[in-house]
Amino acid sequence: MTYETVIGLEVHVELATNTKIFCGCENKFGGEPNTHCCPVCTGMPGVLPVLNEKVVEFAAKAGLATNCTVANFSKMDRKGYYYPDLPKAYQISQFDLPIALSGHVDINVDGNEKRIGITRIHMEEDAGKLLHEAVAGTAVDYNRCGVPLIEIVSEPDMRSAEEAKAFLDTLKSIMQYTGVSDCKMQEGSLRCDVNVSVREEGAKEFGTRTEMKNLNSFSAVVKAIEAESARQIAVLTDGGTITQETRRFDDVKNKSYAMRGKEEAHDYRYFPDPDLVPVTLTDEQIEAFADSLPELPETKKQRFVQELGLPEYDAGVLTGERAVAEFFEGCAAEYSDAKKVSNWIMTDLLRLLKEANMEADENPVRPRQLADILKMVDEGKINVTVGKAVFEDVFKTGEDPAAIVEKKGLVQISDTGELREMIQKIIADNPGPVADYKGGKKKALTFFVGQVMKATKGKANPKVVNEIASEELNKA
Amino acid sequence: MKAYEMTLKQAAQALERKEISSVELTQSLLDRIGGLEPQVRALNAVCETQAMEAARKSDQRRASGEAKSGMDGIPAVVKDNICTEGTKTTCSSKILAHFVPPYNAHVIERFNAQGIITLAKSNLDEFAMGSSTENSAFGASKNPWNLSCVPGGSSGGSAAAVSAQMAPLALGSDTGGSIRQPASYCGVVGLKPTYGAVSRYGLVAFASSFDQIGPFTRTVEDAALALNAICGYDKNDSTSMNAEYPDYAAGIGQDVKGMRIGVPKEYFASEGLSEEVKASGQNAMKTFENLGAIVEETTMPTFEYALTAYYIISSAEATSNLSRYDGVKYGHRAEDFDGIVDLYVKTRNEGFGDEVKRRMMLGNYVLSSGYYDAYYLKALKVRTLIKQDFDKLFDKYDCILSPTAPTPAFAAGAKSDPMHMYLTDIYTVPVNLAGLTAMSLPCGLSSGGLPIGVHLIAKPMNEVTMLRAAYALEQALPPIGDPTFAGGDA
Repeated sequence: MTYETVIGLEVHVELATNTKIFCGCENKFGGEPNTHCCPVCTGMPGVLPVLNEKVVEFAAKAGLATNCTVANFSKMDRKGYYYPDLPKAYQISQFDLPIALSGHVDINVDGNEKRIGITRIHMEEDAGKLLHEAVAGTAVDYNRCGVPLIEIVSEPDMRSAEEAKAFLDTLKSIMQYTGVSDCKMQEGSLRCDVNVSVREEGAKEFGTRTEMKNLNSFSAVVKAIEAESARQIAVLTDGGTITQETRRFDDVKNKSYAMRGKEEAHDYRYFPDPDLVPVTLTDEQIEAFADSLPELPETKKQRFVQELGLPEYDAGVLTGERAVAEFFEGCAAEYSDAKKVSNWIMTDLLRLLKEANMEADENPVRPRQLADILKMVDEGKINVTVGKAVFEDVFKTGEDPAAIVEKKGLVQISDTGELREMIQKIIADNPGPVADYKGGKKKALTFFVGQVMKATKGKANPKVVNEIASEELNKA
Repeated sequence: MKAYEMTLKQAAQALERKEISSVELTQSLLDRIGGLEPQVRALNAVCETQAMEAARKSDQRRASGEAKSGMDGIPAVVKDNICTEGTKTTCSSKILAHFVPPYNAHVIERFNAQGIITLAKSNLDEFAMGSSTENSAFGASKNPWNLSCVPGGSSGGSAAAVSAQMAPLALGSDTGGSIRQPASYCGVVGLKPTYGAVSRYGLVAFASSFDQIGPFTRTVEDAALALNAICGYDKNDSTSMNAEYPDYAAGIGQDVKGMRIGVPKEYFASEGLSEEVKASGQNAMKTFENLGAIVEETTMPTFEYALTAYYIISSAEATSNLSRYDGVKYGHRAEDFDGIVDLYVKTRNEGFGDEVKRRMMLGNYVLSSGYYDAYYLKALKVRTLIKQDFDKLFDKYDCILSPTAPTPAFAAGAKSDPMHMYLTDIYTVPVNLAGLTAMSLPCGLSSGGLPIGVHLIAKPMNEVTMLRAAYALEQALPPIGDPTFAGGDA
């Protein structure tokens, strides 16, 4: 029997607002424990929340960018449960009237387009963090309390881990483009709950699902889906049944464990938060948010293909992250050969970022700097190899390419007299390779070119060297 | 006249004219507290040192002509559920017995800005849940008119303190009648402002959509002056009203000729209303007529559902508001526990009194899945209907008149059945459900020598009209005099 896996995701995205959702505390990752919090964050008796308008704006924009309907009227609710990282013992969230509903995003897996539905997007506050490594017992850091989140709930439209991964990539890209979130995975600004069920191929009804919470990398999501779907299929194949439950996925052991079943599920006792007034947005406000949205990744990709003549693949890579796309566009504005820019970004910039373990928005190279390098290569001032080395230098030091070329004396040697003299000497010193060449091994030419490059520390103009070397060898 | 006998207005004038210093006034009140507090037990803490220091600074300002306001140097009692930075705020609960807030409530910031001195923190029913101030973890407060009777609640300590002339002004909070009912029992003026007129920031929440801070004073005019000191918009309270705030004393002294006063018949027909209170209310109606007001019987059909709706919604909010007291961050923590759940259970079991536990259980029940629609949601609908009833009444009337409470103050320990206790708020809770303003002022004494209050209600932000009516009535009625501190040996 063949089974089909059905996946739905709940994605928590931390919003990149300057301040927290309900108080004036700075919204900043990290810091010494309990230094970015106030009486509101720590749920002191008598404090009151005030909803940050930027949070509403960002949540609405996230909704618009994922083709949702943004609500004219929504409200904040209290979700009650006890946990030491939740100071009020309720989380302010949205229950039955979220800010955005019924959207979709289009994903692409191996060239196949697929539309994934978005059920809803709601606003809520983040909780603190337990520190188990504290000296005695467990300590709580409330710095993260009140960090604004949106939860994006997908329809159960995904059928494989690859689709889930593609959905997350697309979502991350959209959130970054809209400026709603920086989506820094290592800082936990994008976290994911995964719902998985399996059913016989062709079945109409969904199988019983299980949920795995708080996966904090896309690779963990992929592994969790694969492991859980395999576990469910094995249970069913053995004639067993799936229990609806919450499971914890162990990334290291690649295995999930039951945490709590349906019977033990929380009754959150949601009710409207009486400390907050309903969130109302006029059609004009919503339109203004829509108008302020930047060009989104999919549109940008199509434009790169059509207007700049890039291959689909290049356009896809370049538009995956907003910072990369913007860097590309900056370069392309200063340098006409878009494909050449694309090649340098895809092979060199992305590699350097990866090696330095940096996010794309931390890229220290300015678009003009790459354009300058490409121009110097075109003008014959430096050769391509030197150009790549200069690029790496710019990446590491931030210095301008011209200054680096100047300082390190990397200007290409195209002086035919100087080069000819050098080649004649090499020919005289190396009778063996000369004989090879004369004997018909035209490849031996590379030996002489290599020697020149070595002598000039790579600065020789390779085209000129080739020409002169051929001439001289033919004369010899 | 002794300094402690002064009303708010008299004290402010005396300070202005330098007939008295704030130090003298404060010392006089501290002496009065020292003499009476052992009997009345109105206060959880007396801030003697800080108050005297603040009084000295106020006198210096007055001397150099830099008074912060007309109220600079006036001492006030503050209910112990209003956060005072550096001074314990206990809510009369074991769970917050040692809690020192790191911040001031907005209303305390306003006090500081005007030079009003926090003299003492007053006793209350634990977390403001109760109607007698007997539900205090630190012992019950007494009624200055008869020490064997309760002062009402939950702001019983504040009511008793103003009645006993321990302060010319006290702040209370009113969730379902917690200012007006004790004002009635203690023979003082108690006013619940419009919901949203006084910031709730720093008022320890009981039921957020009902709670409102308001003043206790010994005269109607003082209540108006107190509102001028505490009402206003606060950006830190999302439910604060961003509106033009009037001079609340504007209507004081104006006549009530032609003013329309409605009296819903349901209020005077209810079971449990004592004949004396009824007669007293009718006397108030007659007095208004004599003053030229138009008093008419009217109807409030949803009145009978108000108390039930109030207990459902307020308990739902309370259970959520009080869930933060878990022993993790501040307040009481059980000493021996095994794991986090045990910590919660023991801490909360030890920290909360019976009435608070009862309300939390009720609140959890009505919010639980499967019961939400039948109770909480239905109560919200009733709330809407009650608002609509009031809207209709205020199309026709400037004020609504009713008794404040069905009876005068009852004997301590007399109401052991919670339902009997809840019924003492039957006339006051509809006001909180609808977010209106209302006040109680004395309108006579019972045969047993206990004060009886009359209740005036006005539409939101219409305190000025209500105060105008109340002042006219107060001036026309014979004063009830000073409390007698009878029954001390009982």
